[in-house]
Amino acid sequence: MSSTTHEAHHGHDDHHHAPYGITRWLFTTNHKDLGVLYMTFGLLMFFIGGAMAMVIRAELFQPGYNLVDPYFFNQMTTMHALVMIFGAVMPALTGLANWLVPVQIGAPDMALPRVNNWAFWLLPAGFVLLLATLFMPGGGPAAGWTMYPPLVLQLGDAFPFLIFAVHILGISSIMGSINIVATILNMRAPGMTLMKMPLFVWTWLITGFLMIAVMPVLAGAVTMLLTDQYFGTSFFDAAGGGDPVMFQHIFWFFGHPEVYILILPAFGIVSAILPTFSRKPLFGYSSMVYATAAIAFLSFIVWAHHMFTVGLPLAGQLFFMFATMLVAVPTGVKIFNWMATMWRGSMSFETPMLFAIAFVILFTVGGLSGVMLALAPVDLQYHDTYFVVAHFHYVLVTGTVFAIMAGVYYWLPKWTGHMYDERLGKWHFWVSTISVNVLFFPQHFLGLAGMPRRIPDYALQFAEFNMISSIGGFVFGFSQLLFVWIIIKCVRGGEKASDQVWDGAQGLEWTLPSPAPYHSFETPPVVR
Amino acid sequence: MSQAEGSYYVPHESRWPVFGVPGIALLMAGFSVYLNGGNWGVPTMVLGAIITLIMTVMWFRDVIHESVSGKYNAQVDVSFRQGMAWFIFSEVMFFGAFFGALFYARVFSIPWLSGADPATSQFLWDSVVLSWPTAGPGMLDLDYTAMGAWFLPTLNTIILLTSGVTLTWAHHAIKENHRRQVVIGLALTVALGFLFSSIQAYEYFYAWDELNLRMDTGIYGSLFYMLTGFHGVHVIIGALTLLVILLRVLKGHFTADNHFGFEAAAWYWHFVDVVWLGLFVFVYVI
Repeated sequence: MSSTTHEAHHGHDDHHHAPYGITRWLFTTNHKDLGVLYMTFGLLMFFIGGAMAMVIRAELFQPGYNLVDPYFFNQMTTMHALVMIFGAVMPALTGLANWLVPVQIGAPDMALPRVNNWAFWLLPAGFVLLLATLFMPGGGPAAGWTMYPPLVLQLGDAFPFLIFAVHILGISSIMGSINIVATILNMRAPGMTLMKMPLFVWTWLITGFLMIAVMPVLAGAVTMLLTDQYFGTSFFDAAGGGDPVMFQHIFWFFGHPEVYILILPAFGIVSAILPTFSRKPLFGYSSMVYATAAIAFLSFIVWAHHMFTVGLPLAGQLFFMFATMLVAVPTGVKIFNWMATMWRGSMSFETPMLFAIAFVILFTVGGLSGVMLALAPVDLQYHDTYFVVAHFHYVLVTGTVFAIMAGVYYWLPKWTGHMYDERLGKWHFWVSTISVNVLFFPQHFLGLAGMPRRIPDYALQFAEFNMISSIGGFVFGFSQLLFVWIIIKCVRGGEKASDQVWDGAQGLEWTLPSPAPYHSFETPPVVR
Repeated sequence: MSQAEGSYYVPHESRWPVFGVPGIALLMAGFSVYLNGGNWGVPTMVLGAIITLIMTVMWFRDVIHESVSGKYNAQVDVSFRQGMAWFIFSEVMFFGAFFGALFYARVFSIPWLSGADPATSQFLWDSVVLSWPTAGPGMLDLDYTAMGAWFLPTLNTIILLTSGVTLTWAHHAIKENHRRQVVIGLALTVALGFLFSSIQAYEYFYAWDELNLRMDTGIYGSLFYMLTGFHGVHVIIGALTLLVILLRVLKGHFTADNHFGFEAAAWYWHFVDVVWLGLFVFVYVI
């Protein structure tokens, strides 16, 4: 065993300093390098998906066919969703997990570092396949990101590329999640019991479990689409005894846990930031853990609330309606705890805190419209309208994306060793927060008034709100360039950050130097 | 968790994961081009498959080398166990999607088409009566026979269950350092695995030619071939894995205390075994 120890030490000595050049990034198994790669990829995809959103809002600026071909408009709505979900948000959250989970639990690296490298590099491969479809005969996928048959079976050459891109992205997510779950369960420092883990680690443990459970189900669903198209099966064809609604059940069995995959790590980020800038411990830590687990459990039994208008049996509608409303209970526990954390705290309002507070308020707006949509009889009116679009953009943009931005500002000094420009950060926050509400709030009114989603043209009475929404969209889109500039500026220099960075911050990551060394903990830290 | 050395093991970087990524992309892109009718699809697929295969072999080669030279500590062992266990869980969920389709078709869509849901039957196929197995209301005249549980599937069930026993025998033997028994047990398991695949191949030819049961034989044909087909692929992968493990046993890679490679392959084989039992009950018997 002594030779083993020697080998292990030797291996470390080789990697004290990061290797140089492109091969560092291609072959790296280092969790920080991969975290940076994941987050950079997420940011790039955020702008590609954002450019598609700009096309959508430009087309909808005024009624009529103004800018793009309607079929291209459909490609934009479909690809915007796929790029943002699988390209921007999931990689950004996985990148945060890569960078932070080993540091927060006192590990040297991830449990399966080579799988980690593979999981990341599959993402660009998947997106080459997906984005290439835009240049193919028949254009890109245009049937909505939910890929409902029979419409999706009418795509051109893009169809098999779409299916296999989803497969590759699924393999990437599963491998990434297996790695994160194995790391959390196996690599914790002595004394780091489960109930001492930071909430970000807890939320990612549960998110990782959800991903391992549902990404294969999506793979199965799209495989059935593929064989229906090319190999003569009848899964989604009533003439053969199948049912197109069956696809929707299988898809949403994946899809609903998927939306919690997108939000749970955001809960973890906000639960780290609010106590720091309130200078108080998180209120109700254990209830936060149990609420996260409860949300994850409920995510498996609410999927058909996406399908209230397809003709579900009454018993099904009732069950899924009540189960969905139950989700509001653990979510309410969380929002209460966040407010109680801030209550009578010695609060200060740096950029991460501003984004975190905006998250709590605006995510709640999205949560409340979610409760409205959960009601089956009312959903018959709201279904497939802009109300749904407003709802999920409130939980995804002002929810998850705002939490990711809060987390980036919060941990950026630890990553780079420099403080970001606080004045520009505040500008970014205020411009983003005002414009995003101008962008999405009017969509509630549009939806309640009956404007359907996924259409390039609309009736005249929707003109004003669409124009307001588009103006908000353009401002929000272009204000994100400021975010990139702040990050670049912070990477290149700035005020030297202390190890503690924020005076109220708790956790192992703040015991490391800023910037953190290439391998975080070579010997396990002791957690009391 | 062993922290006896007071130090963590961090594996060195590897070029094989990223080497294999273009392989997977080419494999998928080539298949897509083939499905779209392009003539460079198949060569692209072959190239991608070769690259992916090289990645798999070389990656495992590195890991085996590191394992045999004693670099891994107990914590790494647990990481591998966790990784394999969660991977098998994801595979279970993949089969879950197809079992879900089977139950949905049998419990909901077929009864609804047969009149349990008046609107569906009235507007689509009025007064049609379907019972499982069925090719659906659009193919009522299709002449085909369903694959019964007797004789080949029952034989295959016995073969697969026996292979589980021989594998467990080998596992006990490896823990007690009975090398000869390990080799015999593993060799029997691999042989039974390939025997299963051969019988399944014969079953497919028989179903396709004699029973007129095909992929396009409605929902029954779809589910039959997809469920048993994906399972069959897993049997082949599992048997090949066990074959590699057998070769590693012959090279003396494993000890009584350190044989996770063997155990991972055994877990996988038992998972394949359990999926088959589900298939046998719900696809063939009921």
